Amino acid sequence: MLEAVLLTARPIISEKMYLRLSSDELAIQDVFRAFFEGECSIERVRGANQLGFDADAWSRLAETGGPGMCLPENVGGGGAPLTSGAIVADLVGTYIAPLPFIEHLAASRLLASVAPDHENLPLLASGEKIATMGLQPQAGSASSLIPAGAIADTAIVFDGDNLLLETAGKSARHVPNTADLPLASFPSGTGDLLASGEQAREAFSRARSEWQALMAVALAGLGRKAVELGVEYAKERYQFGVLIGSFQALQHGFASAITDVEGAYFLSNRAISALENPNGSGEKLAGMAFLFASEAAMTAAATSLQYHGGYGFAEEYDIQLYYRRAKGWPLQLGDPGLEYQRIADLCLPSGKVA
Amino acid sequence: MDWSFPPEAEEFRNEVKAFIAEHLTDDVINSTHDGTIHNWDFHKKIAERGWLGGAVPADLGGGGKSALEMAVMVEELQLAGAPIDGMGVAIVVASVVLELGNDHLKEAIVPKLLSGETLVSFGYTEPDSGSDVAASQTRAVKDGDEWVINGQKMWTTMAHIADYVLLLTRTNTEVPKHKGLTFFIVPLSTPGIEIHPVHTMGTERSNATFYDSVRIGDEWRIGEVDGGWEIMKAALKYERGIAGGQFPSPPLIDAFIEYAREASRPDGTALVEDQLVRERLVRAMIDVEVCRGFAYNTAFLASEGVMFGVEGSMTKLFASESYKKHSKWFIEMAGIEGLISLGEETAPVGGVLDEHFRHAPVTTIYGGTSEISRNLIAEGLLGLPRTR
Repeated sequence: MLEAVLLTARPIISEKMYLRLSSDELAIQDVFRAFFEGECSIERVRGANQLGFDADAWSRLAETGGPGMCLPENVGGGGAPLTSGAIVADLVGTYIAPLPFIEHLAASRLLASVAPDHENLPLLASGEKIATMGLQPQAGSASSLIPAGAIADTAIVFDGDNLLLETAGKSARHVPNTADLPLASFPSGTGDLLASGEQAREAFSRARSEWQALMAVALAGLGRKAVELGVEYAKERYQFGVLIGSFQALQHGFASAITDVEGAYFLSNRAISALENPNGSGEKLAGMAFLFASEAAMTAAATSLQYHGGYGFAEEYDIQLYYRRAKGWPLQLGDPGLEYQRIADLCLPSGKVA
Repeated sequence: MDWSFPPEAEEFRNEVKAFIAEHLTDDVINSTHDGTIHNWDFHKKIAERGWLGGAVPADLGGGGKSALEMAVMVEELQLAGAPIDGMGVAIVVASVVLELGNDHLKEAIVPKLLSGETLVSFGYTEPDSGSDVAASQTRAVKDGDEWVINGQKMWTTMAHIADYVLLLTRTNTEVPKHKGLTFFIVPLSTPGIEIHPVHTMGTERSNATFYDSVRIGDEWRIGEVDGGWEIMKAALKYERGIAGGQFPSPPLIDAFIEYAREASRPDGTALVEDQLVRERLVRAMIDVEVCRGFAYNTAFLASEGVMFGVEGSMTKLFASESYKKHSKWFIEMAGIEGLISLGEETAPVGGVLDEHFRHAPVTTIYGGTSEISRNLIAEGLLGLPRTR
């Protein structure tokens, strides 16, 4: 009888945790959930292979207005707030979608903020062209890996003083990697100058914060789905004559993992909200949410993989896809240890008090 | 998802901050170090503002402060490290009595509770029933118009300064354990009650209370005979709303930053310049922001009339477990000096590193252990089977 109950019980995580979305936001979620369900099924994710990009899915996303949803309407964007973008980012994480939604959104908004009339903006809003950005300042002309570098048409790079719009070369070579990401080096130091000095620094910092906050939301979505996969498995798998989901060792591991994930979900959405309503805390909260969500997603995926036993290690099971992305997505920003120090500089005093 | 508080809640936040600046003196905080975690003067000043009564739902006759205003008040008091256990108890008991109590209890208890004159101690736990609270064995037997109570309760914290105990008893042994429970609010002055101190490794004193043929009238019963579980659920409902426990770490973090700006590493650099120290401080501050997310989420849900359950377990689990981790980090990073006890002149930042390290373990135990919280999350949120 216990088994009958178990087999009909479905994870109810999502419904509960989305209680606070407004009716408009729920409508956006419905539309995009249908999109991801159709265009980013796990078969499509696997089909994107190591490149980690599904061009057909991107075209379909463009038809929904997704790529330009948070760009100004006068360049053909949807004029939606960042909170709407966050709803899509959550689904990007849930479906581990092979789409550069977050990079494109942050980079194209960065372009719009420093060059509101730039000729590329309508093409970015429509999704005909893909934009990305370097997430760390890159000095000189040294070429380095950037997120979505293998598929982007343009990339915005900050060299410490100048914000440059770089154009993809013909030779961008995709580099196979841990998380099936479209990583490639991008030419740098040769692009068009967009802004300099303080303006460039502030715009870059803002865009990176947006990327961090959206990535944090996506990682919460990823982590939640990873726990769901493990919970579903634990409701089917028998050992010692009982379902393994009845063992408290597993229950407690799942409970701790989902608690961290939901903590990441709330914090990352607070960061998005803070970026929308400038009160000075957006940059700090975005960095904090990013760091916390990175660990929460990784713990969730690793816990869930562990509870799959040997099958978790098998390519055939989906949890390994989540495990690799949980590490790879946030690591595109660089060593988290440096990010902790950057946030420390934002929040902590330095220097000795006599 | 909008996370901004309405203007009236932010105005109220300023009012609470001003109140704290005026009334939460060092003397008040130090007074709680003698083992009594309550400060009557501070408690009465909160009551004088009408904030105890304000927290009681308006449809029960209270001041009906909004859920968001209550969240703001509880947040600010915790951030400042104010003693609020008494406040929590007063609001919970007053709310339960107003919702489910009889007229006698409403008249005898509620006005004194809300004016800050009296306190009630929680009498749920027993020597042989902690997490399994429904296994309570303290017996209440009807004798004519009266009840005769025999048994023992553990962790009746504040009983030595309270006038009443909210007592969970067994009135029926012939039915499943949840269905044979009855609650009373028992005056602690009733003959047959003894209060013995239970000293702890933290700064707080608790109590064991003994009940030997304690006779009380039926007017002290709250809820139906054998219907005690309904009272338990109501008490937990109100406790989740206001009891706090979301922000145990900020006073410790503030104190450690103060210490880290004065103390040095052996090479002479300030502790606050050390990269490991800075990373751990940021990690602790992130954990506090996570707690804030949980706390605000439940406050917004409550303000929309949504009854939450498992969210409260998550908040409690995360806040207490992270606090315990922080208390360990910060005493470590002070090295041998971190060990110096409260009250010693040479203790770093007054000895609070030692104090928090000693106090933190109880927070993952009381009010539902971390293990019980994880059970509730696994069952309530993930749909995994109940195994107890």
